[in-house]
Amino acid sequence: MGAVVALDRLLDQRQVWRGRQAQARPQGLQPSGYGALDQRLPDGGWPPAALSELLLASPGCGELQLLWPTLARLTGAGERVVLVAPPFIPYAPAWQAAGVDLRWLAQVEADNAEALWAAEQCLRSGSCAAVLCWPERAEDRALRRLQVAAETGNALAFACRPQQAAHNPSPAALRIAIDARPAQWRVIKCRGGLPPALPIASAQRS
Amino acid sequence: MLWACILFPQLALDSILRERDDADAPLVLISGPVQRRVLQAVNPAAAKLGLRAGQALTAARALADGFTCVEADPARIEQLQQLLATWAYRFSAQVSRHYPRALLLEVGSSLQLFGPWPAFEARLRQELAELGLRQRIVLASNPVAARMLANAHDGLAVTDPNDTRAALLNLPIDRAGLPADTREALMRMGLRRLGEVMALPRDALAKRFSAQVQVHLDQLFGLRNLGLGFYLPPDRFEARLELNFDVESHQALLFPLRRLLNDLAAFLAGRDCGVQRFALHLEHHEGAATVLLVGLLAAERDAAMLFELARGRLEALTLRAPVRTLRLLADDLPAFVPQHQALFDPRAQQSQPWEQLRERLRARLGDDAVKGLRAEADHRPECAWQGAEQGAPGALLAPPGSRPGWLLPEPRLLSEAGLQLLGQAERIESGWWDGGDVRRDYYRIETRDGLRGWAYRDLAQPGPLWLQGWFA
Repeated sequence: MGAVVALDRLLDQRQVWRGRQAQARPQGLQPSGYGALDQRLPDGGWPPAALSELLLASPGCGELQLLWPTLARLTGAGERVVLVAPPFIPYAPAWQAAGVDLRWLAQVEADNAEALWAAEQCLRSGSCAAVLCWPERAEDRALRRLQVAAETGNALAFACRPQQAAHNPSPAALRIAIDARPAQWRVIKCRGGLPPALPIASAQRS
Repeated sequence: MLWACILFPQLALDSILRERDDADAPLVLISGPVQRRVLQAVNPAAAKLGLRAGQALTAARALADGFTCVEADPARIEQLQQLLATWAYRFSAQVSRHYPRALLLEVGSSLQLFGPWPAFEARLRQELAELGLRQRIVLASNPVAARMLANAHDGLAVTDPNDTRAALLNLPIDRAGLPADTREALMRMGLRRLGEVMALPRDALAKRFSAQVQVHLDQLFGLRNLGLGFYLPPDRFEARLELNFDVESHQALLFPLRRLLNDLAAFLAGRDCGVQRFALHLEHHEGAATVLLVGLLAAERDAAMLFELARGRLEALTLRAPVRTLRLLADDLPAFVPQHQALFDPRAQQSQPWEQLRERLRARLGDDAVKGLRAEADHRPECAWQGAEQGAPGALLAPPGSRPGWLLPEPRLLSEAGLQLLGQAERIESGWWDGGDVRRDYYRIETRDGLRGWAYRDLAQPGPLWLQGWFA
């Protein structure tokens, strides 16, 4: 037998999957800002210091709506958020209207091959609170690198990928598919818990 | 006042050896006219082969084989002495290069900061060893005494004028820096030590020898002052490194580059400034030099960081011809403000500061790769944002949800089949004053897939819808 490990610690670290979690969860470290979603996630929000994957039905189908409250909270606290090679131009007035403090938002331009490198550097540095990237053809190895870098730098990593990738396994701690019609979020995988069976209606888009 | 003299007994040889990665291979320094080449200095490995300084090169070739000959270069030594003065300027405000191959430092006022003397001396020796130079250090109560005592001692520290006098009286005459004929005359009189000379009547000495001898002796014992010219650091850094062979790969350039940047960092620390922009000139055998510009957003002076940044840019460069010489030029030397770091930083301690990360990214991805986002007070979507070095919020507040989060780089023609227009049009009419006149009706649209976009109809040329953004 190996070393004795306290049961509490295992459970706290969510290393052990528990079939049924009926008790109310405390507020997580990184709440997404959407109560309905936070309630269903084992960490009470985004998994801290880990990679979260957003699987988009198509680009622009609602990823910002999901992320904006988190980015607003982080930049409001004076933490840096980096967009690595976004597919479109972030429209500054809209981001500002969503509550994001533009002083703490940085954008890195890089081509496909360099984007993963840049994202990894940002995550690993520990000076960024969240890093968003759009890896186009990311194999398992690249995602694993991002996951490790996010752990090292204690940062939130978000990778936006097309929904076709949902069938492939991924080392991400959380995978959420975003559907446009009907507008809903489906949790495909969440580390340390059972993914909720029912999709979550995304908040009504105005 | 206390004066330290740092003597560099092998400056010419060390200046060559420090730039070579095979310092243990036999190497000799040659000088003299082409017809009669003479060995000026030899390193220990060459001495083991039986080579001695002063030998003719032909004799040396007859004695041994397989040693490297390097031409002595006075310009290189001058450059190194300049660098050493800059380095010494960190420790004292009064640095003099009065004597060749030696530095005089007034250290009495520096002891408060760097002292006590044994620790200070150890630090000087360690930093010189890192620069690859052999040294002798002597501390005395006046500069001339320090210089002359360094001829005979290493590590001597006589802080008291009386101790200095005692040490000087014991100094052999041939080490006292007297002119050669005087030295010889004194030796022939049977005098061996300076004390014996000083015991002679002063007027008799003055009668027999020139006035300079008496002046020198008075300066040596602190009876007269020597007028020293003090070193003033230059405003720019320039260093040149000849490679002696053609270098075609980046890898082989890294070692000399590191050496240059270490020198730059020593220079910057001495001036208490940082470097914002420097140029690396890669000079070829013929044709213009390739210039590699390294620009930083904030002043830096850490040698390792400068090396990493320069390396990132160097590796992206394609060398069109073999490189013969490296030259480093730094003009822009602003004040260096060290990174402020709070004791209880919310982020992890081992983290790399954002400024460093930004430099890293710029070094690899290009100068304009990292941008902030600035909102502008303009209603035209294409003018309402701007990439800037530092992001900033704008004065014009859009109601939440009224503008799309993503903007297309160029408006895209949209076919109206299956589209649904949501709500009323919003007219944006602006920009008649700057030539970018815009008259458009904006609609929120929903595609068949449920995507929500922002599209407009141009009122100047009525026609199809143009998609400009996504409400993501």
